[in-house]
Amino acid sequence: MAKEIYSKYPLIKYLRKEALPTALCPGCGGGTVLNAFANAVDQLKIDPRDLVVVSGIGCSAWIASPYFLADTLHTTHGRAIAFATGVKVGLPDKKVVVISGDGDLAGIGGNHLIHAARRNIDITVILVNNFIYGMTGGQVAPTTPFGAKTTTTPYRNIEHPFQISETVAAAGASYVARWTTAHVYQLIESIKKALQVKGFSLVEVISQCPVQFGRRNRMKEPAEMLRWFLKNSVPISKAKKMKPEELEGKFVIGEFVNRERPEFVTELNKLIDEVQEHFGLKGE
Amino acid sequence: MIIRGDEPEQIRLIRKLYKPGNYFMQGDEAVSYGAIFAGCRFYAGYPITPASEIAETMARELPKVSGYYIQMEDEIGSIAAVVGASWTGLKSMTATSGPGFSLMQENLGYAIMTETPLVLVDVQRSGPSTGQATKGAQGDFFQARWGTHGDHTIIAVSPTSGQDAFWETIRAFNIAEKLRTPVVMLFDGVLAHTRELVRIPDIEEVEIAYRKLPANEEEAKLPFGDPHGDGVPPMPLFGHGYFTHVTGSTHKENGLRDVYTPEVHDKLVRRLHRKIEQNKDVYEKYEEHFTDDAEILVVSWGVTARPALGAVLKAREEGIKAGLFVPKTVHPFPGEGMKQLGKRVRAILVPEMNLGQMILEVQRFVNDDVLLKGVNKIGGVPLTVEEILREIRGVA
Ligand SMILES: Cc1ncc(C[n+]2csc(CCOP(=O)(O)OP(=O)(O)O)c2C)c(N)n1
Ligand code: SF4
Repeated sequence: MAKEIYSKYPLIKYLRKEALPTALCPGCGGGTVLNAFANAVDQLKIDPRDLVVVSGIGCSAWIASPYFLADTLHTTHGRAIAFATGVKVGLPDKKVVVISGDGDLAGIGGNHLIHAARRNIDITVILVNNFIYGMTGGQVAPTTPFGAKTTTTPYRNIEHPFQISETVAAAGASYVARWTTAHVYQLIESIKKALQVKGFSLVEVISQCPVQFGRRNRMKEPAEMLRWFLKNSVPISKAKKMKPEELEGKFVIGEFVNRERPEFVTELNKLIDEVQEHFGLKGE
Repeated sequence: MIIRGDEPEQIRLIRKLYKPGNYFMQGDEAVSYGAIFAGCRFYAGYPITPASEIAETMARELPKVSGYYIQMEDEIGSIAAVVGASWTGLKSMTATSGPGFSLMQENLGYAIMTETPLVLVDVQRSGPSTGQATKGAQGDFFQARWGTHGDHTIIAVSPTSGQDAFWETIRAFNIAEKLRTPVVMLFDGVLAHTRELVRIPDIEEVEIAYRKLPANEEEAKLPFGDPHGDGVPPMPLFGHGYFTHVTGSTHKENGLRDVYTPEVHDKLVRRLHRKIEQNKDVYEKYEEHFTDDAEILVVSWGVTARPALGAVLKAREEGIKAGLFVPKTVHPFPGEGMKQLGKRVRAILVPEMNLGQMILEVQRFVNDDVLLKGVNKIGGVPLTVEEILREIRGVA
């Protein structure tokens, strides 16, 4: 049965068939993210040979590596962006994309995330924020809502969630947007923009993990989680007029920044040119 | 073999920039020039004493040879970026010291598992922890060997002077390229900061090795296979349309993850071991001085090998039949050479700037009837000729 469904999926050509079916749980938002990314690549007519996709460790890291059919680098937990930095310097003409989880990119990898944004290196990061450490069994994450229950906050979470998009925008990224898996079309548009921006871009996707997060927070069904996203999403334009208390527990969605700033690899190559000019090293 | 197409241009630049001759320079600088002569084009690092001069030299020199210098946010990111760059075909390196080396261990393991060529220079300093941050030491012998987790192999080289550092860095790159594996260079803070005469050769004199590339689509589809029987898979570089999947998880020959089948893990990890074991000729190197008729053998490595040689020379003047064995590749330890010598001598002394690390490797290869003794000094001051000589006299 499953095979028939796959064979009807027109974007299957972007997936590594021998790695299917995916290891993601039924109803996991990861599937939506993979679908949105494949759609964005397809709509932009990007040749997958011009893509290098890098991920860390976690359920969300699997979305792209191994499932997406491109050069894929599945790295250590938290370090995907740092690995991608080396890849981008070596292959400045390719699109380098990082897809990974919130624990991976903003928890253990938070330092790389803010510094890549500051450097404004031309990498697109798709950060899947499911509020939880899915792969390791549902422990509290830096994004877990205040008061939520997880396996390591069995009574309630007393920490405040990390506002990833806001932080990365402040750190200097060229493009930052946040959507949920209930906003698929907007998400595809944002991924398309992010892939075209020259500079560091982040698309944060609030995504459902019904198995490790939903189940422990009275949202066992994926659909319940999607309804929760829709009910609590606030467009950024509206959020700007709201008080912090009113925004407690809401998901601010939309584009946070979209701007031009000198890009790192371009500047690095410019610098090499200048140095070689200065020392009279240009080819005779 | 040409990897990226710009190698001839790099050689033109090197020839134009660096005239052969003797230069007065620090060990750290000698490492940097060695890297550039070997074809290094990418350096990512984080400052730490006594390795910072490598970063500073690379930042200054790399752009001249169309190479890239990046200062990362930490050591974890540095080695990660080096691995990423290596998969695009750039010869890549990082350098660090004690605490930074500790931070790099997880991704060093990743490089071993994914068979990524790179050079990691550890300028050993006194520890544990921040220790005497500015002082040299030889305490990372086993961190290089066993710092990362799991059943892994490692190759580590260790130079004994500034001049040696230049050539050993080149050798480290060549081993990394030939065997598609990370190579650690155990340098030390004393040599790193010592200024001495280093001869820069003509680039013609330098052997430059390049990694094996897939000969055809078939080989490219098995980035972790063994088509040539030498344990070294050709490396399909990113950006060539091969759709290569690279993971630090246990993987099949095609790169896809399989962490459940015991045979897959067994086959992969055993091949990684075999790759190193069966290619000894690529990396094994040691020096022998006055060993032919030696009765007392001094075994020493890195910075300490120099006062050790001085002590052996002085002992010979006094009529003591002393000899010196210096492993230049310290891991895997040149056990066979050690064993042969161990059979012929009466006593073995192992001077090191630590409380006894390499001596444990020596012990594995010599019989109980040989008197084996460490000559150990810590505190950041190197052993002197006199201190080692005194010990030689003691067992003479
Ligand atoms: C250095 C290190 N620490 C911890 C782990 C264990 N680990 C694996 S995945 C993961 C968390 C993943 O969470 P997230 O990135 O949010 O992804 P999700 O599984 O929720 O999609 C952790 C802690 C590891 N692999 N490496
Ligand atoms: S545990 Fe959660 S995040 Fe992981 S695959 Fe299952 S639903 Fe998705």
